[in-house]
Amino acid sequence: MSVHALRKSASSSCSNILVVFVGIGLPIEASAPAYQSHGTEGSHLTNITNTKKAFPVLAVNYEHVRKPFEIALWILLALLMKLGFHLIPRLSAVVPESCLLIVVGLLVGGLIKVIGEEPPVLDSQLFFLCLLPPIILDAGYFLPIRPFTENVGTILVFAVIGTLWNAFFMGGLLYALCQIESVGLSGVDLLACLLFGSIVSAVDPVAVLAVFEEIHINELVHILVFGESLLNDAVTVVLYNLFEEFSKVGTVTVLDVFLGVVCFFVVSLGGVLVGAIYGFLAAFTSRFTSHTRVIEPLFVFLYSYMAYLSSEMFHLSGIMALIACGVVMRPYVEANISHKSYTTIKYFLKMWSSVSETLIFIFLGVSTVAGPHAWNWTFVITTVILCLVSRVLGVIGLTFIINKFRIVKLTKKDQFIVAYGGLRGAIAFSLGYLLSNSHQMRNLFLTAIITVIFFTVFVQGMTIRPLVELLAVKKKKESKPSINEEIHTEFLDHLLTGVEGVCGHYGHYHWKEKLNRFNKTYVKRWLIAGENFKEPELIAFYRKMELKQAIMMVESGQLPSVLPSTISMQNIQPRAIPRVSKKREEEIRRILRANLQNNKQKMRSRSYSRHTLFDADEEDNVSEVRLRKTKMEMERRMSHYLTVPANRESPRPGVRRVSFPTVHFEQPSPPSTPDAVSLEEEEEEEVPKRPSLKADIEGPRGNASDNHQGELDYQRLARCLSDPGPNKDKEDDDPFMSC
Amino acid sequence: MGALQSLPDEPEYRDLSEKTGFSFEQIGILHKRFKQLSHNEDTLRRDDLNTIPDLSCNPIRTQIIEAFFDKRNFHQNGEGTVQEISFEEFLVVMSHFRPPALDMTEEQREIIRREKLRFLFNMHDTDNDGTITLEEYRHVVEELLSRSGALGKETAKGIADAAMLEVASISMGHMEPDEFYEGITFEHFLKILKDIEIETRMNIRFLNMDTTNLCKKINSQQDHYLQVNGEQKIA
Repeated sequence: MSVHALRKSASSSCSNILVVFVGIGLPIEASAPAYQSHGTEGSHLTNITNTKKAFPVLAVNYEHVRKPFEIALWILLALLMKLGFHLIPRLSAVVPESCLLIVVGLLVGGLIKVIGEEPPVLDSQLFFLCLLPPIILDAGYFLPIRPFTENVGTILVFAVIGTLWNAFFMGGLLYALCQIESVGLSGVDLLACLLFGSIVSAVDPVAVLAVFEEIHINELVHILVFGESLLNDAVTVVLYNLFEEFSKVGTVTVLDVFLGVVCFFVVSLGGVLVGAIYGFLAAFTSRFTSHTRVIEPLFVFLYSYMAYLSSEMFHLSGIMALIACGVVMRPYVEANISHKSYTTIKYFLKMWSSVSETLIFIFLGVSTVAGPHAWNWTFVITTVILCLVSRVLGVIGLTFIINKFRIVKLTKKDQFIVAYGGLRGAIAFSLGYLLSNSHQMRNLFLTAIITVIFFTVFVQGMTIRPLVELLAVKKKKESKPSINEEIHTEFLDHLLTGVEGVCGHYGHYHWKEKLNRFNKTYVKRWLIAGENFKEPELIAFYRKMELKQAIMMVESGQLPSVLPSTISMQNIQPRAIPRVSKKREEEIRRILRANLQNNKQKMRSRSYSRHTLFDADEEDNVSEVRLRKTKMEMERRMSHYLTVPANRESPRPGVRRVSFPTVHFEQPSPPSTPDAVSLEEEEEEEVPKRPSLKADIEGPRGNASDNHQGELDYQRLARCLSDPGPNKDKEDDDPFMSC
Repeated sequence: MGALQSLPDEPEYRDLSEKTGFSFEQIGILHKRFKQLSHNEDTLRRDDLNTIPDLSCNPIRTQIIEAFFDKRNFHQNGEGTVQEISFEEFLVVMSHFRPPALDMTEEQREIIRREKLRFLFNMHDTDNDGTITLEEYRHVVEELLSRSGALGKETAKGIADAAMLEVASISMGHMEPDEFYEGITFEHFLKILKDIEIETRMNIRFLNMDTTNLCKKINSQQDHYLQVNGEQKIA
């Protein structure tokens, strides 16, 4: 985006916000004199002290903290509003949050105007450099890759051709409108109209995210609209710059058009390239962060932001760079960083994007009150209508063509949602704002843009949810990750690749397989730390699922009722195992429990020492340590008391037993049934009084012989709970097992 | 690859089209491919499929090839395996991968879903007893992981065990400790995979235009190589 000069206004606090946020040497307004000293005195300026003043015990110096204060106040206000909405039960179900925030912005703006101050306007530079990147990074980092790549052709067609169609259709028809004498806009020339069309035609990712987040629509439609909103940035950039340049000059030649097309490819591919480079850098950096885990998240954020800024510097598409960076770096970074860093990244991104979104909508409301307006009924109404019409026509026409090439066609319902979900938002407003004042129609355009945004966000945003219900559009399936589904997803991939091979043509799956193989052999070697790069996806998935369940269990002290049944391994694989007599079982249990108590006490009294941690991570949980220690104790004791399993293949001494605990949780059973050897009791530090809680992490109930495997499972579990590191020199080492 | 490009007559194609749902052009192309693979004979054997270079790095290659020779997939209520298949049977197996048409009703989609899931089920249930036992499932996971890094049977076993447990829990709910879960029946299989929209996922694109000329070149090189080696072996 071309960045124009800062908009200066008398008491615009936005410029001040900008300075603090960006901190690039932009001109500082002289409202807060830097030479003023800290706080309490205030009269050092005068050298002439004739009379000695009384020492000021308490003094107010607002100017000193004005900038950060106002920023913090705005953000706080925004977040309190957000909080408030969700406390009102019925409101948030009916009205999407974005609408409410705009209304709040309107109110605040009105309030400020009433007071007599001039309300701050959504400064474009602030918007593009500070508020937009977190949202896009959040979207790009967590972009669901599989549906995106499966539909990338459709998305590109919608993004590029759809946006072009919208821009030209609207621009052209508006120009035709302006030619009509009665409207009174005869001064508007074609290029200005086209410029306006190109600003208003782009679907906005912020608005789409805000609204679609709440309706939980099925994956396909979601990714289509959302992907389109992300990828049309390149088109918007090119069109905007193109028409802006031309409208100054006034004429367009064929060469210009050709250069425009070339520019489009440069902008989009260049943006993606810049993003990919930074993504690989980030992945490479994360390979070496095993000793400094605390700063891992920062690498992700900073590299991504640099990608955005670098591409903005070259007038390339910053959004595409950000997306590319997130997508490229994610698989490698996630294989390298610790679980805690992953959580940190996730929550920080969500937090920043949430704050940004809130601020954007509020400022949109405030700017509406503030901005200079020029109202022309015909123009504005026509714009709104044309927006809808062109979107619907575009979607229908393009889908007709696209369906010829798709395996799974888009139904009418899908088309409707895609068309209806084409919301405009703050990007359009900011682009309009960036128009220099030399455009005589600037105010009119701004008014029209704001009206369109209001219409799409309010009317379409509010009605899309009941429409989705009405049309019974497929919703997103809230399914928990299932190991069966994962196995079959991978199975299907291979099966379809194979059948494509039998058929003899190189299709989608063939190329995907080739890419995967290339990735595995060459790229992962360089970007993933330690031995992890050999790990197949299925196993990584399984590990993550287990890890999640284990952590849930430790944290909540309750058993997640994922599988509320009483089925255990024994039901699946019965063996003739010599049953330990009931009496002996009781004895064993008593002894073990006693030891557990001892260990608990010992653990509490033992001081927290670095040397007892087997992972060089400063933030290890004490409970994890305790868990691990207790498990080791259990193992030693059990090998004394229990017999070797009869039927199962007992591990030969040299062979490492690597097995996954079958994670299975059950409801607490009534105390009358014989308890399994419950190795989970020590985890109930939060819930001390539930001895009947059982978690059959491994063994069949009442069966002592599998416990040896159980111990190994528990060690694995414990390892899963701590952070992964490349070096593990524990007793039962297996490079694969390192989490 | 000889010049025998003569395709069967229209009435045969019409029958096949009706039976499998392919269009005439698609049948024509697949017929060409069939002839290419079978070296112009009327039946296809396992070895012919084994020579396809693309399949060589596929971890579940054996299962895929077996699926083509599995009588259960021929929709004729047969059981067991055969040594060679005709073009019609080849086409029937391929028809499992056709996408559902746009204007299908919900029941028709359900039928298609069952058909595709049945195909998958047959691939896993190698001994034809109607259930996927733990051993069979373990074998499936082992094969899946076999190419991706050789991490041993124990891992595969663990994953398969967990998966089986999940199926049992979802399908059976509650079982006494002495009860034994025999294996995954087809109904259970349907249940656990109902969230994967199989009718939209398990499809490949069948061409309406002929692009098999590319593969012809590759395969003719293969033929040449085999010929040369054959001669050397004989000599």
